[in-house]
Amino acid sequence: MRDTDINLEKRHSKQKYVFALLGITLLLVLFILGIIIYFVFARGISVINWEFLTAMPKNGMTEGGIFPSIVGTFYLVIGSILFATPLGVFAAIYMTEYANEGKIITTIRIGVNNLAGVPSVVFGLFGLGIFVKFLGFGVSILSGSLTLAIVILPTIIRASEEALMAVPDEYRHASLAMGATNWQTIKNVVLPSAMPGILTGVILGIGRVAGETAPIIFTAATYFQMRLPDSVFDEVMALPYNIYALVTAGTFPSKQIPIAYGSAVVLLSLVLLINLIAILLRLKFSRNQE
Amino acid sequence: MDWRKKEKIIKYILLFFALSSIIFLTGIVIVLFREGLPIFEKVGVLDFIFGQEWYPTYDPPAYGILPLLSASLLVTIGSMVLAVPIGLASSIYISYILPKRLKTFVKPAIELLAGIPSVIYGLFGMKILGPFLKDIFGLPTGLTALTASIMLGIMALPTIVSLSEDAITSIPKRYRDASLALGGTRWETISKVILPTASSGIVTAVILGMGRAIGETMTVLMVAGGAAAMPSSFLKPVRPMTATIAAEMGEAPVGSEHYQALFGIAIILFIITLTFNVIADLASRRFKKKVSGQ
Repeated sequence: MRDTDINLEKRHSKQKYVFALLGITLLLVLFILGIIIYFVFARGISVINWEFLTAMPKNGMTEGGIFPSIVGTFYLVIGSILFATPLGVFAAIYMTEYANEGKIITTIRIGVNNLAGVPSVVFGLFGLGIFVKFLGFGVSILSGSLTLAIVILPTIIRASEEALMAVPDEYRHASLAMGATNWQTIKNVVLPSAMPGILTGVILGIGRVAGETAPIIFTAATYFQMRLPDSVFDEVMALPYNIYALVTAGTFPSKQIPIAYGSAVVLLSLVLLINLIAILLRLKFSRNQE
Repeated sequence: MDWRKKEKIIKYILLFFALSSIIFLTGIVIVLFREGLPIFEKVGVLDFIFGQEWYPTYDPPAYGILPLLSASLLVTIGSMVLAVPIGLASSIYISYILPKRLKTFVKPAIELLAGIPSVIYGLFGMKILGPFLKDIFGLPTGLTALTASIMLGIMALPTIVSLSEDAITSIPKRYRDASLALGGTRWETISKVILPTASSGIVTAVILGMGRAIGETMTVLMVAGGAAAMPSSFLKPVRPMTATIAAEMGEAPVGSEHYQALFGIAIILFIITLTFNVIADLASRRFKKKVSGQ
């Protein structure tokens, strides 16, 4: 009897140590997150002022502001979301509302999963081969947006699919029972109730697009521009590409590295803000459902 | 128009959209092979993959990608050595030990880690981790395979943590109850019942994390050091496949041998990540079957 007591005590103290170790590991992960965010802000926040955000770059990207990068990133985000959202939402509607579970769904899902796993630089090569060269759009906002749209398509399809599936079947039955067609039901009943979930997916897509670099290196981005692009066939500056170019290929590091850090602060703030919105939306959404 | 007809048309339009992922995937394969296949004919598949010299701009040029392929595998394995234990430990803590209140904060924080752009990780690796490792090990440069491994490990963490956590929490409660009722402690229940049951789900998480690491471009481009020689140590600069494509595509004239060779690298990379995805998919299906209780 006593033996088992001691044994039990041992087992419990072992559990205590293991749990402590696991807890420390999780703290380490959170610490890493904190230190990366801290590092960017600590290095870059002093560069940020109104002029830095709203002025054109000067003297070969050694002085002035980063306004064209901010605008460029904005254009790429808008462009890619415009392409990817209808595509992704309609795909998800087919998967949840029309297809019967079976071969088609499985095939489509395999396609989505594999597309999500394609390395970002491969998307860049695809964009170069199709949009820049084959369709002749050149290195441009259009080519970059189309390439980025494919990058975030899986994110939007998955989020929309999840949101559509969360809509209770009673809604559909009620609408169909009143004589609505399948499409009318989707348009007027299912889509509106799935909207917050779909929106969350789109917002996460925005965050991803804003930070992607490899897909735009050969399809959209340029290092230095003294004016804003005036057509979708123009090259653009973009925040992530500019950070990369400034720290790796800058010719005047002492002046350019601070600009890179400043750009990093802007990009990271943007991405953190976007993720925060998505998190809050999801919290609200899941509370509404309960 | 007759509503039946209209419904049918809508259905087919939606089907077309639904097939978009597959269409794009096929498009990627076609573009990669159309641009990259000629290099395999010129150099030979085996010489391309196992050639030890990558001198695309020399005369005569050499297109052997073994140094780049090895570098990719090296940093991927290195990243997993870090990310798998840390990620798994975190996911166990989140799913079984962390109070629910804290969970609502910790899970989004992990997702945030996934949301940070790769170029920011690259910047951190270049300016903080690299110099730090350089000092510790007394190296000529801090941009090495180790630096890249650590950064990739951090980047793979969110994938591994969230997917493992999903796998662990999707195990029916009766497994845990049975073990606890038999007198097992919570840790014994986790290590002897939950983890073995969740194993194929965890495998999915790890493989998808590996796929993320091997395909990651900007971070390795910025922190791996860029030396295209056969990797001999974790403490030396290396150049993974993704970094090579991103760094050299700008200089390679369209349609040149060098250009084709870079697409050739992309073909190899694509095949590797596709294989990872298929394995992950199979493991995930096996797991779902197991959990749903065959």
